[in-house]
Parts: sequence; C-alpha cells; structure tokens
Amino acid sequence: MASTASPAASWRARFAGGAALRLESIVVLIVLSGIMAALSNVFLSVSNILNIVLSTSVFGVLAIGMTFVISSAGIDLSVGSILALSGVVGAILTSTLDWPWWVGILGCLAAGAFTGAVNGFLVTRGAIPPFIVTLGMLGVARGFALVLSDGVSIYGLPPEITWLGQGRPFGVPVPVIVLLLTALVAHVVLAHTRFGIYAQVIGDNEGAARAMGVRVERMKVLLYTLSGLLSGLAGLLFAARINSGEPTAGLSYELTAITATILGGTNLFGGRGSVAGTLIGALIMGVLQNGLNLLAVRPFYQQIAIGAVLILAVWLDRINSREGWRR
Amino acid sequence: MSLLDLRGVRKSFGAIDALRGVSFSVEAGSVVGLVGDNGAGKSTLMKTITGVYAIDGGDIRFDGASLIGRDPGAIRRAGIEMIYQDLALARMRDVAANIFLGRELTRSVLGLPLIDTKRMRAEAEAMIARLGARIPSVAQVTGQLSGGQQQSVAIARALTFNPKLVIMDEPTAALAVREVEHVLDLIRTLKSHGIAVILISHRLTDVFSVSDRIVVLRQGTVIADDATRDTSMNAVVAHIVGATDAAAH
Repeated sequence: MASTASPAASWRARFAGGAALRLESIVVLIVLSGIMAALSNVFLSVSNILNIVLSTSVFGVLAIGMTFVISSAGIDLSVGSILALSGVVGAILTSTLDWPWWVGILGCLAAGAFTGAVNGFLVTRGAIPPFIVTLGMLGVARGFALVLSDGVSIYGLPPEITWLGQGRPFGVPVPVIVLLLTALVAHVVLAHTRFGIYAQVIGDNEGAARAMGVRVERMKVLLYTLSGLLSGLAGLLFAARINSGEPTAGLSYELTAITATILGGTNLFGGRGSVAGTLIGALIMGVLQNGLNLLAVRPFYQQIAIGAVLILAVWLDRINSREGWRR
Repeated sequence: MSLLDLRGVRKSFGAIDALRGVSFSVEAGSVVGLVGDNGAGKSTLMKTITGVYAIDGGDIRFDGASLIGRDPGAIRRAGIEMIYQDLALARMRDVAANIFLGRELTRSVLGLPLIDTKRMRAEAEAMIARLGARIPSVAQVTGQLSGGQQQSVAIARALTFNPKLVIMDEPTAALAVREVEHVLDLIRTLKSHGIAVILISHRLTDVFSVSDRIVVLRQGTVIADDATRDTSMNAVVAHIVGATDAAAH
C-alpha cells in the first residue's frame, strides 16, 4: 500500500509531485559552484556571476521551449538551427533591408514560430517521429540560414535591438531579464494551465489524453510552434548581443538545451516537466562552461563535458527510477 | 426513441474490416451486455461511439443527434463516458487531476484561467467518498495506487459529470471476486438512477446477472440481439463461437 511508504519516500514524492523540481539538481548546482569557487578566486565575483547568467540566458530560453516538448514525450533537435535562422532573418530585415527595429523583432519571432509550426505539422499530419522531423529541420533551417546570409555574418543591427543583447538597466543584462520573465510565464503555463497540464498528460499517456477529449494533434502543433517561437527569441538575444545575424550561431545548442532540461528533472520520456528545474539545469550548464573557461580549459573539452553530463544525468535517472515509483 | 442508436456502422483498418455494418440500440436506463470473441470488434465499436475512431459508414445517434464527426471531448459533453480496459489514466498525475482530466476546473487570476487544484481535490474527494472507494488521498500520484484503486479512479471519472450512458470495457477482468461484486452492484445502481450501461465482458455470468439485453458480436457484425430473459448461456456461447442456431435454445 502506498500509505505505508517511508516518510522520506512520501516527502520526496510530494516534493516531486508539487513543484516537480528535483532536489538533486539544486545540490549539483551548489556543489559544482563550490568546486569552481575553490578553484578560481574570480568565480564568485559579481561581474562573473552576471557573466554566467548572461551566457545562460540564450540556451536557457531554448531549454524552456524544450521543457514543454520533452514533457509531451517529444524532442526538438532543431532549436539551435532555428536560433541561427531567426537571427539571420532579423538581421536581413533591419540591416540589409533597413526596415525598422520592431519589424526585425517580429520577423525574428515569426521565423522561429513558423519553423516550429512546420515541425508540428510534420509530426502530426505526417505522422513522422519528432526525432526525425526535427533532425531534418536541424539541417533545413541551418541551410536556409546559410543561403539567406550567403554564409557570412550580417552586421549592423539597430540600437533598439542591440540594447536587447547589451543593455544593462540597473546593472542587470537585458537577456537575463528576458530569460526570467519567459521562465515566469512558462512556469505558470506549464504547471497551472490546461495547456501545460495537457502537454504533460500527452507525454504520460497519449491515448488517455485523446480519449478524455484533449486535442492531441492541435496540442502538438502548438508545442512545436512554442519551441520554435522561443528559439526565435533566443536567436534575437544572440544576434542582439553580438550585433549581427550569424548563420553559424547556436551550433549544438540543442545538446545544451536538452541537457539542461533533463538535469532539471523533466522526464526524458514525457509526463512530467518543470520550468524551475530547467532554469536550475541551465544554470548548471552555465556554471560548468564558465568554470571551464576560467580554468583555461580548451573549449573543445567543454563539448566533451556537456555531452558526458547529458549521458550521466539520464543514466543516474535510470538507476534511480529502478528502485522508485518514477516510471 | 432509443438513447443510443447504431445503424450500419462500418470501420476498416487498411484491408481489415473490423466492423461490417453494426446495428443495435440502447434504451435509456437499460444495461446492454456486449459479448464476443477476441477480435470480434467490441472495443473498436466502443471507440467509434466515443469518437476515438472515425467511422467509414453508417450512423451513430445519441439523444436524437448524430455523433458523426464529433471529437471525444464533445461526445463526453453529450453524456457518454467510457471506462477503458486500460483505464486511460495519466499515471504521473494525481487522482484529482485524473478525475477532472479534460474537464479541469479553473479560476480566473488576472484574467487567466488557471487550474483550480484545491477545488478539484475537494470535489474529487467527495466523489470518491460517495462511491465508497478506499483511496489514501486524491493528491496521491495515480501510478502509486493498486490496480483496484486505479479502477476506482477511472470509475469516479466516468460518473462525476452526470453521464446518460456509461460504457465499461472489461471492468471486472483484473479484479478480485469481492471487487467484481462491487462493480456489478454499481451497474445496478446506475440503472436505478436511469443511467444506461454498455457492459463488455468475457464473464458471461456477470453479463447475465446485470443486463437487460445481450448483443453478440462476431467478425464485425451483430449475430444475436436478445432480451436477457429470452436467451440462455448456451445460446450466447454458441453465437460467440459461431455454432449454428440449432445448437442453442
């Protein structure tokens, strides 16, 4: 009987059931930060901490979209490519065509949302597995970014846009503010609205969702559109920060975004997701990259570290779930 | 006029004709037993009624209106609930969330409709109590419950929104003897409240003990449709396995 479970187990279940936030991820973040602080005396400086959250903000926004998609037992491998495509579209509209800044912002977001919607239609109408659809889109969107930009960076964005990447009202970088606002809205949507609950129920038991009247196909199109839209937002932040539309931006960011999501406690196989957890997961990735930079570890090793962390996180989750109730 | 009326319902999956023109009806407040061998089309037929499958031909009318083209949500709102054999539960969500799945209660916060977990839990608690089911807490994750408890959740969900027709797909297959009697009593209670039931079961004794009519499905067609008092266990078995009528009665 479930009621005879040990107090520790039930406390844990309540914790996971409520916020769906993993205690482990917070512990990992604190331990990792402690190690970095011990190894580097600049790690805990205010400017470095701002650096960490600033570099976290771009793939943090990607990871929030990823959280919705993975909650529904899907996956979006195209986020990094959509980020690049959106940035290029925004730069062409404002720099090449000299249209106003707000057209650039809208164009950026629209390019992301549109590409995500195409993913969604292919997943539902085409009945193609999301892994394949978004892997294909990883190539297609990157290709379009290269074609549209002729393979070169497009410099010279309007100041209103570069402010989004470089501005620091009250000392806080604008991308960090954008990340936190996005996370706040996303948390409410995922945990407290029908849309968010249905996303998780689709990942839990798609047949049950359909039988109970959830419009599963419509939901999936919206979920991939949302992931695309947030990739567009990340593309905007990225382009604004480096003042150019960069066709090679966001390479392998899908790896970072997926890792952050899984580290945050979102179930890789769907059913349960947490935006707060994803934020912690993204910070872990940010601290890891920043720490390795401070320790002058060559960037090539960072790829190895991120990939290894993803595999390790999923492996530990598997071991963990074998003894517990979680799947 | 019947509550539910099926006329020549056809459904194919590729080259397989699962339903080849099924017709029968269910009167308000009556219990119809739907029996047949594995693969006879029982579950497929029920899923066409609940809107999970779209039919290829024929008509399904409920309460005087056609159900064709309506999605599962609209059909639930019309008053048809189904307790699926696999229970159709979201096992990572709590009991209250499952009972209200697809019909979540919301409250307006700054104009946004947010899920009202508190009220859903209170009402789920009341429903579970009314059913006399023993579930530790409606805030418990459904996957942690025993099989019988999970079934109580599925039953509570089907009965919470005042259905006119409840379809039960093998509700007793996974239950202990005492629990089986509980389900059969429940069916009698529903009938006494004027709620119609379609009971799909392999256990003919259960079907005979609660049903008013027995419909036998074989290879996607209705092979027999008799009042329970006018037929016999032997006759029904003969229809199910496809023996000739001579063997019956």
